[in-house]
Amino acid sequence: MSLLAVLIALFSLLPLGYVVYMTVTTGWDTAVELIVRPRVGELLLNTVLLTLITIPLCLLFGVGGAWLVERTTLRGRRWWAVALAAPLAIPAFVNSYSWVSAVPSLEGLWSGVLISTLSYFPLVYIPAAATLGRLDPAIEQSAASLGLGPWAVFFRVVLPQLRIAMTGGALLVGLHLLAEYGAFAMIRFDTFTTAIMVQFQSTFNGTAGNMLASVLVVLCLFLLLAEVKSRGSARYARIGSGAQGKTTQLPLGGYQLPAQLGLLALTALAFGLPLWFVLKWVMAGGSEVWAAEEFMPALLQTLLYGAIGAAVTIVVAFPMAYLAVRHPSWFSKLLELSNYVTSSLPGIVVGLAFVTVSIRVVPGVYQTAGVLVAAYVLLFLPRALVNLRSGLAQAPKELDEAAQSLGKAPLVSFFRVTLRLTAPAAAGGAALVFLAIVNELTATLLLAPNGTRTLATEFWSKSSEIDYTGAAPYALLMILLSAPMTYLLFQQSKKVAGQ
Amino acid sequence: MTEQAPSRLPSPRVAPSVAPTTNSHLDISEVTKNFGAQAVLKGVNLSVARGGTTAIVGPSGSGKTTLLRLIAGFEHPNTGTISLNGTPVAGDGVQVPAHKRHVGYVAQDGALFPHLTVGQNVAFGLDSGKLDGGRRAVKSRVEELLEMVSLDPSMAKRRPHQLSGGQQQRVALARALAREPELMLLDEPFSALDAGLRVATRRAVAKVLNAAGVTTILVTHDQAEALSFADQVAIMRGGRLAQIGNPFVVYTRPADRATAEFLGEAVILDAWMEGSLATCSLGGIAVRRPPAQGKVQLMLRPEQIRIAPDGPIRGVVVDTDYFGPETTVRIKLGAYTAQDGAGQGQRHRYPGGGEIITIRHWNASITKPGTELCLRVVGEGVAFPAGE
Repeated sequence: MSLLAVLIALFSLLPLGYVVYMTVTTGWDTAVELIVRPRVGELLLNTVLLTLITIPLCLLFGVGGAWLVERTTLRGRRWWAVALAAPLAIPAFVNSYSWVSAVPSLEGLWSGVLISTLSYFPLVYIPAAATLGRLDPAIEQSAASLGLGPWAVFFRVVLPQLRIAMTGGALLVGLHLLAEYGAFAMIRFDTFTTAIMVQFQSTFNGTAGNMLASVLVVLCLFLLLAEVKSRGSARYARIGSGAQGKTTQLPLGGYQLPAQLGLLALTALAFGLPLWFVLKWVMAGGSEVWAAEEFMPALLQTLLYGAIGAAVTIVVAFPMAYLAVRHPSWFSKLLELSNYVTSSLPGIVVGLAFVTVSIRVVPGVYQTAGVLVAAYVLLFLPRALVNLRSGLAQAPKELDEAAQSLGKAPLVSFFRVTLRLTAPAAAGGAALVFLAIVNELTATLLLAPNGTRTLATEFWSKSSEIDYTGAAPYALLMILLSAPMTYLLFQQSKKVAGQ
Repeated sequence: MTEQAPSRLPSPRVAPSVAPTTNSHLDISEVTKNFGAQAVLKGVNLSVARGGTTAIVGPSGSGKTTLLRLIAGFEHPNTGTISLNGTPVAGDGVQVPAHKRHVGYVAQDGALFPHLTVGQNVAFGLDSGKLDGGRRAVKSRVEELLEMVSLDPSMAKRRPHQLSGGQQQRVALARALAREPELMLLDEPFSALDAGLRVATRRAVAKVLNAAGVTTILVTHDQAEALSFADQVAIMRGGRLAQIGNPFVVYTRPADRATAEFLGEAVILDAWMEGSLATCSLGGIAVRRPPAQGKVQLMLRPEQIRIAPDGPIRGVVVDTDYFGPETTVRIKLGAYTAQDGAGQGQRHRYPGGGEIITIRHWNASITKPGTELCLRVVGEGVAFPAGE
């Protein structure tokens, strides 16, 4: 198990190693020349501004929405709870496509802020809502009994307990902003990722592109560090045992209507509008678009890639999860960290690394399905890991020992107890990876074998040609496939919160 | 059986290092176990008789669970040997894996398989191929086992999470009994249960195991549980067995002060030892096999000190705690003086005086603070060297 985990961890360090190697071999002078120039400054400004404006907005909408849903007498709370998570089912590049087709003049930073805020605020909302629902009301009641008013309780007691959910959500938003290609390319807003893609398409494997990638990696690592720093070492686990009391709801009173209207506007813009335009273009295209000869092959290839990628990811994730749960040590933490860093790298960096390595080191595998699946595995391993870890936690060592004391050999007990108990969580993890692969665009564009068409790439080539009706069916299918993933994530967050 | 003849004083007992008697089921010899740099077991010797019930009791962190896990085969000793029925299973290059030891094991929380029903849990260790009659035989065997632990056979269809804690423990026991092990290991199986359920479950389990004639080892941090459950109690402290003996012996004649205080409340007084008589604030008290002469520490159990109108010792009530059936009374003792034996009128003052002791009494009304009392000591005391 350990050996397997080490091999996988080494493999997962490949993209990072590639970026470091490229930077080192380029030489200091050339690197400085390529990095310190107005174009990079412009990209840096764009990316930093986008991040600095979007993350606070996502926190505002995410935490605000979660608080309204979980802690006030908002009417239709159950309905809103799902509606606020729903925008996650619309891939950002599909969202962008809908907005552009609705308002063709959208362009630049503020459009980027608009679209990414609407696409990504659920990444904050989901963990915040899950945590709010789980906070021990006794703590707030104690604060109130110590003389704090409702607002003081919120800012001094509730918000600090949301810190882990908020920093975690903000990190996810930041990483998405750095990694997103399609959504920003559609509105001609230049970030590092879009610029790397342009470089790649023009010079294939230029040094300039590689240097941009290394700056992008530095930005990612910076975000990771910032998250670790701001999360702090505090723990907000519930102390003490016994049943947890029921959370109390703050009466909204006269604010009921404004709250309803606000949430309505938010969900309409984030979910209703994109869905409406996708449906509109689907209707406009009539039945022909469905009959297009590329459609079925694209669907089948997407499903195939999703299924194979999900299966391989689960198999690869298992040794790491097993090591982390059963034999936790600095070593297993290091393995996990290496994987965590890799998975937070943008798809474009992972794609670029695989392109270069497969061309230079093992030319035979370039543009084969295997390389694409390997990239998917690296990108989505953490989703499988999170699930497998919680699954393995359901199968503690004591059960294995019980089985052995009942005369079962270790291997038998591993299959009959450990694997059996992990199976449901593994299935959940596989589903998440599957759906993530279905909507993956950037790495797929770089690595897909010639002639391979997935829903995402097909949608991309159609919408790039402003063939809105042609692209619409693919968009609709991706939304439909994403819906269960969103629901799974939503459900999972309720379980994971508070751990 | 390592039970001592009542007339002998308890010296810290270890298993004989000579060849085990034919009656001995489990023999542990000079076993050590380290976790990293930490020595958890520092040379443990224990011998358990066939069909006997042994309780290993000690504070948390003393190594008692580790010892049990070594016997079960989940861990392996660094040095020393463990033998079952005279056959080595661990140590000296031998390492029989857990699943081949035929040792039953019941964990603290039962460790029932959550994905199986109660019936499937109990049948887990049964080999349907070896049982005549196949699946039908398994079903009737499961029902038989459930009845054995006083559970209704209809429970077989339930899931573990639908059972109470006490029921889960019984299912775990039935599951472990299914393979008819000769040795059963219980790792604090009652500690997760609330007080009332704990006693009832403990009795039920003891009854089943006795009826089946299974050699049993119970690990617990609860001394009352150890004393009531076992016919041999081993006190574990700091990775060593401080004393092994039958419950009555270890309670009334503990080997050292720490053991005395661990097993129950103890009244400890400075005393002067002459021959086999220890003299202290409570007067002269007989001690068997005194460890030293001169200055010693005398240990009595609170229930040995009674309030009696004609008692020779005087004390003053300091305060009381009322618990319903009994009252804890704290009493300040006076100094004890006596004429010396030669009859020359010289008075001897003995060690102590002014100590406050705690005893138990059934009557709350006579024990108001300030009341003068007469006390009498019943039975013998135990003396420890003064340095302890």
